[in-house]
Amino acid sequence: MTMAAEARPISAQPARGQPARTAAETAFATTFAAVKAELPGSATFAARREEAFGRFADAGLPHRRVEEWRYTDLRRLMREMAPLAATPATQLEKAPEAAGLLAAVECRKLYVVDGVFAPHLSDLADLEAGLTILSLADALRDDAHVGGVAVSKRLGETFPCTDVMFALNAAFAAEGVVVHVAEGAELARPLELIHVNTGTEPVSMFTRSLVVLEKGAKANLVESHEGPDGVAYQVHTALELVVGEGAQLDRVKLTREGDAALHISTVLLDIAASALVRTAGFMLGGAIVRNQTFAQLTGKEIHAVFGGVSLLGNRQHADTSLAVEHLAPGCESRENFRAVLDDHARDVFQGRIAVRREAQQTDARMMTRALLLSDTAEADNKPELEIFADDVQCAHGCTTGNLDEQVKFYLMARGIPEKEAEALLIQAFVGEVVDAIELEGVREALIGATRSWLKERA
Amino acid sequence: MSPLLEVRDLHARIEDGRKIIEGMNLVINPGEVHAIMGPNGAGKSTLSYVLSGKPGYEVTSGQVLFHGKDLLEMEPDERAAAGLFLAFQYPLEIPGVPTMSFLHTAVNAQRKTRGEPEMTAPELLRKVRALAKVLEIDADMLKRPVNVGFSGGEKKRNEVLQMMLLEPSLAILDEADSGLDIDALKIVANGVNSLRSPERSNLIITHYPRLLEYIVPDVVHVFANGRIVHSGDANLARELEATGYAKYQGEAA
Repeated sequence: MTMAAEARPISAQPARGQPARTAAETAFATTFAAVKAELPGSATFAARREEAFGRFADAGLPHRRVEEWRYTDLRRLMREMAPLAATPATQLEKAPEAAGLLAAVECRKLYVVDGVFAPHLSDLADLEAGLTILSLADALRDDAHVGGVAVSKRLGETFPCTDVMFALNAAFAAEGVVVHVAEGAELARPLELIHVNTGTEPVSMFTRSLVVLEKGAKANLVESHEGPDGVAYQVHTALELVVGEGAQLDRVKLTREGDAALHISTVLLDIAASALVRTAGFMLGGAIVRNQTFAQLTGKEIHAVFGGVSLLGNRQHADTSLAVEHLAPGCESRENFRAVLDDHARDVFQGRIAVRREAQQTDARMMTRALLLSDTAEADNKPELEIFADDVQCAHGCTTGNLDEQVKFYLMARGIPEKEAEALLIQAFVGEVVDAIELEGVREALIGATRSWLKERA
Repeated sequence: MSPLLEVRDLHARIEDGRKIIEGMNLVINPGEVHAIMGPNGAGKSTLSYVLSGKPGYEVTSGQVLFHGKDLLEMEPDERAAAGLFLAFQYPLEIPGVPTMSFLHTAVNAQRKTRGEPEMTAPELLRKVRALAKVLEIDADMLKRPVNVGFSGGEKKRNEVLQMMLLEPSLAILDEADSGLDIDALKIVANGVNSLRSPERSNLIITHYPRLLEYIVPDVVHVFANGRIVHSGDANLARELEATGYAKYQGEAA
């Protein structure tokens, strides 16, 4: 591997006050230096990559003394960086049928295979009026514009995000999908963005996507991330969602990575006045998963709903970190999260709600509940409310407990075997989030996914 | 005729070590209705829990045969599939579990255990609607999660609905009359009576004799200090109304 001349010096000597670089941090630096010249984008964009990598290099992998990463110590959990996936990856000839969440639902499927957007597998025919879909790599290479603004300009400028893993993604990411929905366009078919990993070797993948809904546009977005068990691949993914004034976005993200995989995801969600956004995460697979979302409510009278379900077993570690910032008056935000934990699984929920001085009449509520099915499972919950306005309603609640033995006995006394009784109660517990999902096909698919999880457990 | 239920010298205690049942004997033949009466705290509800297999109770000695099989060896769901039903004194609310899917799951779980074909959803719906009508249960209630938002009386009627749907060979009714007004009591009693047959039996646990005016028992037992201390016919219930339990509590001591 040759090093480009302008590479940042890589030193085995730690900077002052900094611990020694880990093997993973060193590998990121070496790899970035080696590949950065080939990454798509203009000179300006390359400079931004460089700047982003600099921020990562300065901070290093986040660890437990970094408050935002307190429960997910990546320095410890991510000992090594898997080698970067080769580009282009071996291209599949046929779309993997089982992949995705919406097998039975009429939708427009877009595939990202082994970290690379696969237009030949994706359904790009008969795009609805106002819908544009581009490959991110092409858009950066060709300096493509959507809605009159360069894609390269939109990326990272949704709003500033100082998270170090987002910076790492911004440095490396070359592949992904750009979706633009023009003003007033309403997409009849849900978009399903399917990320599927097929490799048998552990590799690192960086994907980055951008979805823009202009004023009054309406879309359903389902995102899934899947891969094989037993392969320690590493996914770094970022998604920027820009929801214009009065627009409506329903989004579900399914994380069903293989059982040895690492998945680090950042979502930046920018919401304008009077928009309606409902987003839900469904976490099933992966060894170490971090789903972090930063949302900004920038205009008046926004309604934003955040839901999440984690179904975890073995030694799975899943971290949902959500920061919602109310910047304008009269907005409502709702957060409702459920975790079901078996074996030695660990679920982390960090919820931050910030209400700025201008954001009077904010109504923000957060509820998280964890169900522990074993004595060795762990749920960590950290709500943070930061309120600068004086006329607001802000509430949070959190519970952790076991299945109700009395209720379980009641079900068994009616002839329902123990595992089935537990399954009924777990489905009911999860149903509090799933039932709120608007699109019936998505709801059904998630109920099905819950059932399969329960079946595997039994 | 072999007995439906046979309790032989049963001793049981709660997890904390308190002895609740101490040397109980009881034989219920097919078709018979037995009533167990006794003062509060005598252990009547414990008996119902021990028979239905609730966790937290330990049988220290004795034997219970149901249809000639060792009942105590079975899991609660197996007991139910074998024909045992407990109508709870305090039926539980189960948020998030719709009543109809609960009933469907229960019926078919029992059928599956017994190796019988499953009941289809439309068939179940027809049956449940018919039963709801008899028990004067509002059809809207069936759309709610199990017992959520039901009044005390509605919960009790829902218990009887489940009993009539599951058609057990032995139904234990634990204080089925508590919290019921006279009209609801009659409805519940009619439901129980409608199931009476030469094959089916009932064990009615109560400390008020009023219910027994509507469901007339074949045998009445007085339960005190962890065992049956006296048995008689339906007249015993009336007698108890006049005299109370004091003399039997003395008898046991």
